[in-house]
Amino acid sequence: MHNPNHIVPIIRKEFRQIRRDPRTMGILLFVPVFMLMMFGYALNFDVRHTPVAVLDLDRTPASRELWQQFGRTEFFDLRYWLRDQREIDRLLGTERARLAVVIPPGYGADLAAGRSPAVQFIVDGANSNAATAVLGSLEAMMQQHSLRLTAERILRRGGSRVALPLDYRPRVWFNPELKSAKFLIPGLIGFILMVVAVISTTLSIVREKERGTMEQLAVSPVTPLELVAGKTAPYVLIALLSTTMILLLGAWLFEVRVAGSLLLLYGVTLVFILAALGMGIMISTLADTQQVAFMIAVIATMLPSYILSGFVFPIRNMPLPVQLITYLVPGRYYLVCIRAIILKGAGLEAFWPQVLALCAFAAMMLGAAAVRIRMKKL
Amino acid sequence: MEEYSIQVSNLTKRFGGFTAVDGVSFNVRAGEIFGFLGANGAGKTTTIKMLCGLLASTSGTATVGGFDINRQPDRVKRAIGYMSQRFSLYEDLSVAENLTFFGGVYGLSDAGLRERREWAVAMAGLQGRERSLARELAGGMRQRLALGCAVLHRPGIVFLDEPTGGVDPVSRRRFWDLIGDLSAGGTTVFVTTHYLDEAEYCHTIMLMHAGRIAAGGSPGSLKAEHIRNPILEVESPDAIAALDAIQDQSWAKETSIFGTNLHVSVDDAAEGERLVRRTLAEHGIPAARVGRVTPTLEDVFIQVIEGKSEAGSQTKVGA
Repeated sequence: MHNPNHIVPIIRKEFRQIRRDPRTMGILLFVPVFMLMMFGYALNFDVRHTPVAVLDLDRTPASRELWQQFGRTEFFDLRYWLRDQREIDRLLGTERARLAVVIPPGYGADLAAGRSPAVQFIVDGANSNAATAVLGSLEAMMQQHSLRLTAERILRRGGSRVALPLDYRPRVWFNPELKSAKFLIPGLIGFILMVVAVISTTLSIVREKERGTMEQLAVSPVTPLELVAGKTAPYVLIALLSTTMILLLGAWLFEVRVAGSLLLLYGVTLVFILAALGMGIMISTLADTQQVAFMIAVIATMLPSYILSGFVFPIRNMPLPVQLITYLVPGRYYLVCIRAIILKGAGLEAFWPQVLALCAFAAMMLGAAAVRIRMKKL
Repeated sequence: MEEYSIQVSNLTKRFGGFTAVDGVSFNVRAGEIFGFLGANGAGKTTTIKMLCGLLASTSGTATVGGFDINRQPDRVKRAIGYMSQRFSLYEDLSVAENLTFFGGVYGLSDAGLRERREWAVAMAGLQGRERSLARELAGGMRQRLALGCAVLHRPGIVFLDEPTGGVDPVSRRRFWDLIGDLSAGGTTVFVTTHYLDEAEYCHTIMLMHAGRIAAGGSPGSLKAEHIRNPILEVESPDAIAALDAIQDQSWAKETSIFGTNLHVSVDDAAEGERLVRRTLAEHGIPAARVGRVTPTLEDVFIQVIEGKSEAGSQTKVGA
């Protein structure tokens, strides 16, 4: 039934039209690069260089030693030395400082006397994510400082070398510098592919309906399935090109290199693209104008791929009903696969259930689209 | 070759409770220009869509090129060419690229395609503009290019659905010359139009009204059959007042506005002319000219449709 002599002219025509249409070209080339920049640079969960204000009411070598700790790490920047408690309100209120350290008078003396002086830390909690990160760094720093002080105290009392009871040596795998870009870029590939593949196929099909050329093709010997195959094939190729582009840019700008098999990566990506195309074709059977098609495509891809796929927000933290919905989002499965391949270098054995789910999703979408097309709903 | 290219028998299409095409039967002879006339909503486009396999019929049968439209739609599609009133070309492709694409879709060989593409470019008068994008062409050129695309694969039958809409008169005339050439070359041309002057070019005319065939035949036989009385054309600066004055007279069989003039159907031409002049003078309406005219298809159309409406046999309104 599928006469390749029918499909080839359609593919050729589609490529010509893509080349001539600056809008489509823009969507296909500019959007992936733009998103990569946005998510790679702007969406940054890493909390570094938090501005710190210090109110040292003690002014002893011991208090100085405490606040100087903040100058020794990239997580904090010492910016302000205050004289008055009221200045803290002003600095935190205007977000010029996000952490204030208040060392009470008598801190040095208390320490020397073996008492435990209280030190106050005021954290700007408006951005809860950032505040959590600040608290984490702060706590680690202060614990270390306490340990050091304890050790000094023991030494001064005539103790010999002090061994700490626990030797804490953390080692982070897969993303040792804990850069959020490394976590985001594999997910970004899924996000971009979904949005670009669905929108471009939907628009290319609905455009033919809108301009009346669909009717012209309907009276030709081309079958609807041949038509759809011919029209979507170019977008499969372009989506694979987009993937390559993001991988190259990701390696160049963000040092995200593929640790695993490229073949596996492209294989899984192809299945994912087919699922996206199926969705695109389905949407094009529902809409008669490009405007409506675009709206439906954006709603069906953008939000689910952003929020429900595990791209940015971990699925395990979502409420159970929302977690159930995520099983309907193909990005969910794809992201597990692609993160495993790119970051961990894992093989198929690590994520075959996700690959199966993805295959099932693609088969269902393409099957449903084929049924709709056979019912002449195109 | 079969005598008839298209045979339609009792073809009906219902959309819900609305009957768009109501038991239509007719035959189209091979190689003729078959004009399918009627107002918007009369059922013309629905009929064409059924004959092209775009729409399934509710009941009735038809064969196109010898193939049953409901059982062999794929064979029908290979036998026909189709051009819609929207000149459905790819506006972002060039003249040559449009022709190449449609040639490819119909499975033309490379050599065949090259030959037909040259033929179509010459036919459409687009030599030297092969590389222009379709959107850059004037209406008449796009119309001829669309025709070229529709007949590139040498179909035995070509359906043209209001092919001359929105095109200037010179281009329309030229387009009908092309239709004549196609017919002379043996292609059956099935064309719908609502320009009644164009219908004069057709060998056979079928007039559709409210989903049914209201009249049919050659332009000459239609006029002979429906226009038995002479028709007078009355030219007056105040045609509306003239219409009001004349249409109540018992001797005026049929009165209608025709452009800016008035057409009056009477029993006898000389006597009628005298009566018209007298009536207008009585009402103080100046008459520039009164004279007998050859009836046109528009006269036939008005006669047939008004006859139908007055008889009350057809009260459906097309959508």
